[in-house]
Amino acid sequence: MSLSVDNLLGIKYLNQKDLQLIFETADKFKEIINRPIKKVPTLRDITIANLFFENSTRTKLSFELAQKRLSADVVNFSASQSSVKKGETLVDTVNNILAMKVDMVVLRHSSVGAGVFLSKHTKTTIINAGDGTHEHPTQALLDSYTMIENIGDIGGKNILIVGDITHSRVALSNILALKLQGANIKICGPNTLIPKYLTNLGLEIEFDIKKALNWCDVANVLRVQNERMDVNYFPSIREYRKLFGIDKEMLNSLDKKIVLMHPGPINRGVELTSDVADSDQSVILNQVENGVAVRMAVMYLLAQNK
Amino acid sequence: MNKKTILNYKELDLTLRRLACELVENHQDFTDTVLIGIQPRGVYLLYKLVSIIQNDYNIENISTGELDITFFRDDFGRRDELLKANSTEINIEVEGKKVVFVDDVLYSGRSIRSALSAIQSFGRPSNIELLVLIDRRFSRELPIQPDYSGRKVDSIDTQRVEVEWNDEKQKNAVYLTKKVLK
Repeated sequence: MSLSVDNLLGIKYLNQKDLQLIFETADKFKEIINRPIKKVPTLRDITIANLFFENSTRTKLSFELAQKRLSADVVNFSASQSSVKKGETLVDTVNNILAMKVDMVVLRHSSVGAGVFLSKHTKTTIINAGDGTHEHPTQALLDSYTMIENIGDIGGKNILIVGDITHSRVALSNILALKLQGANIKICGPNTLIPKYLTNLGLEIEFDIKKALNWCDVANVLRVQNERMDVNYFPSIREYRKLFGIDKEMLNSLDKKIVLMHPGPINRGVELTSDVADSDQSVILNQVENGVAVRMAVMYLLAQNK
Repeated sequence: MNKKTILNYKELDLTLRRLACELVENHQDFTDTVLIGIQPRGVYLLYKLVSIIQNDYNIENISTGELDITFFRDDFGRRDELLKANSTEINIEVEGKKVVFVDDVLYSGRSIRSALSAIQSFGRPSNIELLVLIDRRFSRELPIQPDYSGRKVDSIDTQRVEVEWNDEKQKNAVYLTKKVLK
């Protein structure tokens, strides 16, 4: 059994068996990255280019670490220091890099569908590391993996996504991944930051954060993406914090102990207060650790599909 | 020839007891020894041997581990089917220990080569030995030989050695069969 796809462009192209295979493989890699020597020679004859046309810290670091743990050769590219500034097109940039015998491309781009576009014009394996506000499949995979690790099979479980849905590629990928696994999903956030199409996906929307938290087993809290907002979507950060922020008092007042997740970087004091982000209910750092294992699994499986 | 029995239930039992005896002879109380089963099929053999050593020689606390070699194989990208990994369970220190790899069939020697690389992630053993139930002679692709071997078998490439474990029905046995070509 192998993956049903040759590229990882989005969760919408995957099926349930793919997710299962990725998670099973990630289990094995998680054991490996906790060994005294955390490296395996599997991808030693594979070269991977990380093409980041948009800023990234943890995703880029996580991918690079995963590649190095698999012994792949890695080349890094960031748009700010490249010929993109001189007017080179995306396809030209990538084809030039591929001419140097690169086997796989990890692509982050601000344009929606950049990965799909590139897959139609090049012959390499592409992993989407975030395309605009569209999808961020590896983040969704590591989120689901972390949920399973904490609450077991997520089919039938209640998962809440809180915050800025409109500007979040993490949200859409998460929703698609959770739906594939049969989870119950609820969305909570300011009306202005919840796109209308979400109701077409059959999702429930809740505006009362406390009610929503009482309903869920896991709350995945998203970052307010100020940098993507060209207009004011809510009156003030203070109001957002008051209506949708989670603090220790609220957490303690819930009927049950829920699991809290956040894809990072956290706006401390906005989405989550510091004591909540650092509490024993928060699995944020587990998400980061699992990110390396899941990305190792994705690259391992895709490299075999070549 | 469809299926030829190499070892029947009784013979296999005798062979396992002999292998256990040889291990005890060389490792006495197993204080500095770690027995490592190679996933997937070496693991079952490992626990059979451990149970014989415990029951027949009253030796307890034998250190064991399970090693998966998938990510250390040398045929990545050269096979049609997916290389799917099994779990590795090594919760003991192997640094400076005497390690014995346990596997059911030794064929090309490539799995053991991979295991030699994989074990290094857990430390540097003082020495490594190899125990196999079946040694398929004349089929080695690498200079690897067993230290303990249950039965030596002469076979050709189109044949396959199958080890079946079925304790409940007392049907443990080793067979020589025809390889199914995919």
